[in-house]
Amino acid sequence: MPDKIKELKIKATQLRIDIIKMLSAAGSGHSGGSLSAADIVACLYFSVMRHNPQNPRWEERDRFVLSKGHACPVLYAALAEAGYFPKEELLTLRKLNSILQGHPDMNKTPGVEFSSGSLGQGFAAAFGMALGYKLDNKPGRIFVMLGDGECQEGIVWETAMGASHYKLDNLTAILDYNNLQIDGKVSEIMEIAPIVDKFRAFGWTVYEIDGHNIEEILWALSTERIVAGKPTMIIARTVKGKGVSFMENQVDWHGKAPTPQEAELALKELYEELERLKEDG
Amino acid sequence: MAEQAVKSTRRAYGEALLELGEREERVVVLDADLSKSTYTNLFAKRFPHRFFNMGISECKMICCAAGLATTGKIPFASSFAVFAAGRAWEMVRLSIGYTNLNVKIAASHAGISVGEDGPTHHCAEDIALMRVIPNMSVLVPADAIETRKMVFAAAEWEGPIYIRLGRPDIPILFDDSYRFQIGKAYVIKEGKDVSIFACGLMVWQAIEALELLEKEGIDAELVNVSTVKPLDEETILRSLSKTGCAVSVEEHNIIGGLGSAIAELIGEKLPAPLERVGIRDRFAESANWKELLKKYNLSPQDIRDSAIRALRRKVEKR
Repeated sequence: MPDKIKELKIKATQLRIDIIKMLSAAGSGHSGGSLSAADIVACLYFSVMRHNPQNPRWEERDRFVLSKGHACPVLYAALAEAGYFPKEELLTLRKLNSILQGHPDMNKTPGVEFSSGSLGQGFAAAFGMALGYKLDNKPGRIFVMLGDGECQEGIVWETAMGASHYKLDNLTAILDYNNLQIDGKVSEIMEIAPIVDKFRAFGWTVYEIDGHNIEEILWALSTERIVAGKPTMIIARTVKGKGVSFMENQVDWHGKAPTPQEAELALKELYEELERLKEDG
Repeated sequence: MAEQAVKSTRRAYGEALLELGEREERVVVLDADLSKSTYTNLFAKRFPHRFFNMGISECKMICCAAGLATTGKIPFASSFAVFAAGRAWEMVRLSIGYTNLNVKIAASHAGISVGEDGPTHHCAEDIALMRVIPNMSVLVPADAIETRKMVFAAAEWEGPIYIRLGRPDIPILFDDSYRFQIGKAYVIKEGKDVSIFACGLMVWQAIEALELLEKEGIDAELVNVSTVKPLDEETILRSLSKTGCAVSVEEHNIIGGLGSAIAELIGEKLPAPLERVGIRDRFAESANWKELLKKYNLSPQDIRDSAIRALRRKVEKR
C-alpha cells in the first residue's frame, strides 16, 4: 500500500477513535453519520485542502463546510488532529462553556468555517463563499459535505440551481450517502434517487465513488476532476457507523452516543484496526 | 402637506445603494427576482459583477449572502418583507443572526401599504420576527432622506441589520441636515402633554395628527423611533418622564413591533399609560394603500384618538 494511502487510513481510524471517545464523554450526539464521513474528512484535512491551522483565517485557504452539521464530531476530531486546538478540548464536547457545540459554531471553534446544523443552510452558505472567492479571483476551493437525508430540503435544490447558474467550478460538494436518516432508510422515508441524475440535470459534474476507499476519494477530490464552469458533486456511497461493527448500518445509531461499555467495545475494534494498518506494509 | 415632494423608501434605498457602490468596493447586492420593485436594479445595471440575482429563492439568498460575508463582502440582500423576514426567517436566524455576520437585509413592501396585491404580499409581522433574533438590529426609515443615511450607516455598522422599506411614494419629511445614527431616536417636535413614538411612514401620519391635536390645545411630542432595535431607551424615557403618557404608532401588527418594544421598556422602567396604534392582529385586504391605512386604524384621526385616550388615562391615574 502506498505510504500516502496508508497514512490517510491511519488518520481516518484515529478520527473514528476520537469520535467514539468524545461522544462517549458527551453522553449524547451523532455517532453513525460522523463515522460514515471519517474517510472523506481525513482525505480533505490531511491531503487535499490547503489550509493553515496556525492561521485559520488565511485568506487564500481552501474551506470545508460541514452542512450536515450533526456530524461535527468528525470535524472536531480532524481540526484537533490538524492542530487547530488542543485534543483535550474534544472531551468537552456539548458541555457548558465548551468551544465545541452540539452543532458547529464558527465563532466558537477555530477552523469551523460556518455554523450549521439546520440542514441545507451550510450548502447555500458554501455557495456564497464560492461566489465571493470567484469575485476576488481567489484560488481557493470550497468543499461542502451534505447528508443524503439533507437532500430532502428544498434549499439544497435552490442551491444546486444557483451554483451551476453562476458556474462555480471552485465548489465541490460531497454527499455522504449512507442511506439512513433518523426515521429509517432514506429510500423509505423520502426517496432521493436517482441522485446522480438529479445533480447532473442541475448542471453539476457528478462522480460516484465508494466513500470509504481512500484512492477513490482522492481521485474524486483532485483538481483534475473539475470541469471548467461547473460545480462538482461527489456521491460517496458510505456505511453509517462505519468502522464499529455493531453500529454499521444501524439506524438507531444516528443520534445516539455509546455508553462507556459500548465505547470500550468500539475502541477495542478501532485500536485493533489501527494496529493492523500500522503493521501492514 | 399637499405640496411636498414624495418618494418611496424603496426607491431611496436603490439610489443610495448605487451611491454606496461607487465608494465601497466590498458592497455586493443580492435579490430574488424583485430587483425592479426593490430598485436594486439600479445597482445591478451599474455594477453587474457585484450583483447576484438568486431567482425566486429567498432562503438560498439569505444563506448565500452569509457566505459572501465570510469572504469580506458587505452583502445587501433584498426582497419583499414577507419573503425576506417571513419565508426565510430560520435562515436569517441561523446563517445571519447566530453567525453574527455582516449582512444587511433590506426588505421592501413592508406593512399593508403594499396595497392592491393583498394580504399574501403584505407584511405586518416583520419587525416582530426580526426583533427576536439576537444580534439583529432593526431599522425603519420614515422617509427617503432617512433611508439614504440609514443605508450608509448600515454599511459602516459591523453586524446584521434589517432595514424595513415601503412601497408607496410618501412625503419627504427631512432635509440633508437630518442626522441619522443607528440606535438613536429623534425628537421631531417637542411637546409636554403626550409622547407619540412612531416609525416608518406612520411618522408622516403622526405629523398630520399633531395638527389635529394642536387644534384641540394638546401639545404632543413626536419622536421618530427609526431604530426599533437597539431601542433608544434614554430618549424614550426622557420624553415619557416629561409627558407621562404615550402612543406608539406603526404600520405593523400591534403584537411584537414598536408598540411592544416600548411597552416592554416602560413596563420595566417607567410604567405609564400607553396606547398602541397599529394593525389590530388581523390580515388586511386588497385596496389602494391610502384606503387601507384608514380602514385598518392607521390614520391621523386614529393617532389623535389614541392620544386623547392616553391623556385621559394619565389624568384618571392622578
